[in-house]
Amino acid sequence: MPNTAISVSDLSKKYDDRLAVSHINFEVPLGTVCGFVGPNGSGKTTTMRMLLGLITPTTGQGHILGEPIEHPEKYLSRVGAMIEGPAFYPALSGHENLMVLARLGGFPVERVQILLEKVGLGERGKSKYKTYSLGMKQRLGIAAALLPDPKLLMLDEPTNGLDPEGIQEVRALLRDLANDGTTVFVSSHLLSELEIISDHIVMLRKGEIVFAGPIGELMTKQQPTIIAKSLEHAELAKIVELAEKSGHHAVIRNDSVHILAPMDWAPILNKAAFEAGITLAQLAPQLPNLEETFFEMTGDK
Amino acid sequence: MLNVVRAELRKLRRPTLFLGTMGAVLFFSGLFSALLYLLIDSPQGNADRGQVISREVLALASGGVQGFASVGGFLGIIALCVFAAQTAQEYTYGTLRNLLVRQPSRMKILAGKLISMMIFALVMIILSAIVSIATSVILAPTVDVSTELWFSSAGIEYIYTTFVNVAISVVGFGIIGMVLGLLLRSPISAISFGVLWLLIVENLLVAVKSSTQSWLPGSQLTIIASGGSFDVTYSHALAVGGAYVALGALVASILFVRRDVAN
Repeated sequence: MPNTAISVSDLSKKYDDRLAVSHINFEVPLGTVCGFVGPNGSGKTTTMRMLLGLITPTTGQGHILGEPIEHPEKYLSRVGAMIEGPAFYPALSGHENLMVLARLGGFPVERVQILLEKVGLGERGKSKYKTYSLGMKQRLGIAAALLPDPKLLMLDEPTNGLDPEGIQEVRALLRDLANDGTTVFVSSHLLSELEIISDHIVMLRKGEIVFAGPIGELMTKQQPTIIAKSLEHAELAKIVELAEKSGHHAVIRNDSVHILAPMDWAPILNKAAFEAGITLAQLAPQLPNLEETFFEMTGDK
Repeated sequence: MLNVVRAELRKLRRPTLFLGTMGAVLFFSGLFSALLYLLIDSPQGNADRGQVISREVLALASGGVQGFASVGGFLGIIALCVFAAQTAQEYTYGTLRNLLVRQPSRMKILAGKLISMMIFALVMIILSAIVSIATSVILAPTVDVSTELWFSSAGIEYIYTTFVNVAISVVGFGIIGMVLGLLLRSPISAISFGVLWLLIVENLLVAVKSSTQSWLPGSQLTIIASGGSFDVTYSHALAVGGAYVALGALVASILFVRRDVAN
């Protein structure tokens, strides 16, 4: 039994002259929630499609639940997926759409109604798909992905179109699935969402891996920011001066100074400010969030 | 494979598609058969391209299925549209990726789709046969056409033979539709191209040079439904039509299996 749900090595996909995914390597441990992060066009969906056997890699290898991706028939019965948004037959109801997929995969048809209830579509299951809102379509896509009672769930932007309540429900659902042993591989542009639920992160930019590993490891690699506020706005410039004298980069943002410095430099600043006659109203070290880390690592703004 | 067939049948039995198609089959089967009798004395003829099918011909053992045989080509066009739409819509709706995630064997998907659509076509043909023959039985006495031989042992054999011929023809048209759906990946394009070719281009080519009738795919399949024609034998039509269908199916299958699913 492998201890990774997904492992890829040197995986590439080239379309004509364009390298959509370039020699990527990463692993997703079993039973974790792994966030798959990257700007539009970074190769996330292409990677997911290769992992699901929908497109053939140009180079490299991959394994899903221990099986090579050249043989998707060996693992897809244990994988649930929603790629590039939900896609269903508009003239069929949500229930009928799931029945088509349940029949196709040979899954128990009783699961259809259970899953519709689970994603909050129990009462609208008989309505035609074309009458669904974007959020409802998204929920149906998640229900379809859960049909096989998957060991690995791959979701591409599952919270698109959901309201805040829906986003919270999806977050709780994914966490519950992971707690029950399902590995969740989820891409989203809402990095704050991924930060809350992910154990692992794979960051992609222009088809290349920027970071792949535990989210804690990513965050501790980042330099924290010390935020300082003074009683007098005019004293902010003096705080910047103190920071830069000690070799730390500092900028004034709104009514506070943001200083890139280790956390243990905060008491030194406090002392230096006091000696300079500055009364600090706030002094708080702050770790960057995933979004800031992402922009920092990818160089994007 | 059985799972694919069952899944596809669920899509095919949706009321708008099923009832709409069967309604069209019912209407046109009745119309084609009725015209044989209603226009029997018309100087413009009562059959395709101004031909006249006389009372004597209609009174033969094969008379009862004349209407059914003549509607065969039209059933083929309907089958082409249904097969093309059902195949190409998987690309336009983006549902092909769902199908392939649940059934990664692309040949099984293709074969399952074909079998389910053949079942759909079979229902269509049975309905058409019943309506055509019933219409003929009702209208024949009104224009003094004897139906005595229609249900003799020879007549029953004609019913079976015509049913098989129409079925071969309709499935052939359907496969061409499926091939167009796979190649063009858009229902509108596939149906437009197929119908334009079969109804307009082929008829123009035959009108300009009649010998082309022996080699055009749509003509062969229509001739199969009629059990042969004056100019083209049944076996020739079967061989040439079969070759077109087999070649198209082979090319489309290879493309379907090898092509990346990127939408």
